[in-house]
Amino acid sequence: MEKTLDLKYTYTEKKDTRSGFGDGFLEVGRKNPNVVGLCADLIGSLKMGAFQNEFPERFFQTGIAEANMMGIAAGLSINGKIPYTGTFANFSTGRVYDQIRQSIAYSDKNVKICASHAGLTLGEDGATHQILEDLGMMKMLPHMTVINPCDYNQTKAATIAIADYEGPVYLRFGRPSWPIFTPADQKFEIGKAWKMIDGKDVTIFATGHLVWEAVVAEAMLREEGIHAEVINIHTIKPLDEEAILESVAKTGCCVSAEEHQMNGGLGDSIAQTLIRNHPAPMEMVAVNDSFGESGVPTDLLQKYGLNAENIVKSVKKAIARK
Amino acid sequence: MEKKSIDQLKEICSQVRRDILRMVHGVQSGHPGASLGCTEFFVALYFKQMEHNPDFKMEGKGEDLFFLSNGHISPVWYSILARSGYFDLEELKTFRKINSRLQGHPATEENLPGIRVASGSLGQGLSVAIGAAQAKKIDGDDKTVYVLMGDGEQQEGQIWEAAMYAAHHKVDNLIATIDYNGQQIDGPTKKIMDLISLKAKYEAFGWQVVETKSGNDLEAVLEGLKEAKRLSGKGKPVLNLLYTDMGYGVDFMVGTHKWHGIAPSDEQLENGLAQLEETLGDF
Repeated sequence: MEKTLDLKYTYTEKKDTRSGFGDGFLEVGRKNPNVVGLCADLIGSLKMGAFQNEFPERFFQTGIAEANMMGIAAGLSINGKIPYTGTFANFSTGRVYDQIRQSIAYSDKNVKICASHAGLTLGEDGATHQILEDLGMMKMLPHMTVINPCDYNQTKAATIAIADYEGPVYLRFGRPSWPIFTPADQKFEIGKAWKMIDGKDVTIFATGHLVWEAVVAEAMLREEGIHAEVINIHTIKPLDEEAILESVAKTGCCVSAEEHQMNGGLGDSIAQTLIRNHPAPMEMVAVNDSFGESGVPTDLLQKYGLNAENIVKSVKKAIARK
Repeated sequence: MEKKSIDQLKEICSQVRRDILRMVHGVQSGHPGASLGCTEFFVALYFKQMEHNPDFKMEGKGEDLFFLSNGHISPVWYSILARSGYFDLEELKTFRKINSRLQGHPATEENLPGIRVASGSLGQGLSVAIGAAQAKKIDGDDKTVYVLMGDGEQQEGQIWEAAMYAAHHKVDNLIATIDYNGQQIDGPTKKIMDLISLKAKYEAFGWQVVETKSGNDLEAVLEGLKEAKRLSGKGKPVLNLLYTDMGYGVDFMVGTHKWHGIAPSDEQLENGLAQLEETLGDF
């Protein structure tokens, strides 16, 4: 169906966002000698091998011990190192929440928590590993910056950009092969929303893999005469409230889309912003208080309503409530 | 920093113990027991063993670093930091009070000089110290990283993740000390969750272990730290097992977990202070 649509952004290649992280990590390691890496027995999955090969003295295998890894990273940061920790998003957050809270967030350490295999698109491994609560947990922590890029190029750009930002960062990415539809040479600005498509009838705020679904949804809506604005919210925290309010002031309603629980996710942050400043009809495309399950990623996205078709439906609901 | 004689160090110990009682009494909250028990260790470390700079810089390049993992014994650390010149003695009066830099558990949020990471939630300090030690190795900085943990704290799983890691990665510029007082909040450690032999456990994890059997005898503590330093740099992390008496120096507080986290009354304070000479002037 995508082929027949008049898409504002297209792709010629698909790649996993974790590879964007791996390639960005190597590049930032070459640029900045203070960058060091840690991994808890998932070097292959996190694509950290190239960095490890090139900078073995700046890379630490921690074994399957994520709590220790977070503490070591905090310690490494004290004299100016910039540690990037790598493990699955589940083990980067819930498993080590207290370690992150005390040794990294409260202590304001310059640690970059790099989390792969987030969300339903992890696929067949099932709900034990498909964390859908991580953005909420991390955005609640004072001092923490939370970033969820949408494709290979944006993930690579974000991976490089966070080294120049002083403070703890949670960087979330994933496993599935996904369209590369943003430019390779993009400038990644933390906390700056990116208006990808101009529109007047509704705003779609999307993050992570669902930005692509929003791009597809926009084309579907346009065929029906509905002009959606699509905004890529790669930084969940700090949230670009100005961009959100400016867009909704124009369009009058919005839909959020994310691969996360509705509770505590991007939609929840946007709703807080709107209710305090400019209440407007809003619908949320997110997982509604349930765990995931095993399956092919695209099947799971469809079953849990995290795709273009459901964004289109939600847009119509939001517009009807104007 | 000028190094002190044994007699001078003993004078500091007495004064630090007075500070601990007065701080905890002043706010009717805090942890006097293990603070008193670790006084000799802190005095030996800050006034003799470590090369450190009271003109505090977070990075601590080219100096020895100390991390307190069992953050609840903040009274002894704050007293030591103030008396080492990290901040004014007067500030000890603000301990645990609103708008203070002297939080109940040590924190970096208020930029208190001498603190490099928050602690209090147990089990995390060893990992942080290992990271700081590895950063020194990357930089070719030959100084040592010290960390103090509680013995009850050894029940936390993260400690053993860190212990395994430090030996595997040959973090030999690290000297970890355990305050081996045999007590924890709910009672004697043997009854609550027996640690069996910490010496055997750490040796099995690939550490070198020094036992300081008289952790409240200043000379023994200095000797233990010297021995630990001698064993460092040889490919293995070093553990200093410091046998202390909780509450040492105040007769009604000694040897019991009951003074883990409660404050003395006016009368008890008076009784305690009468046992401790005011050597350097109260804050």
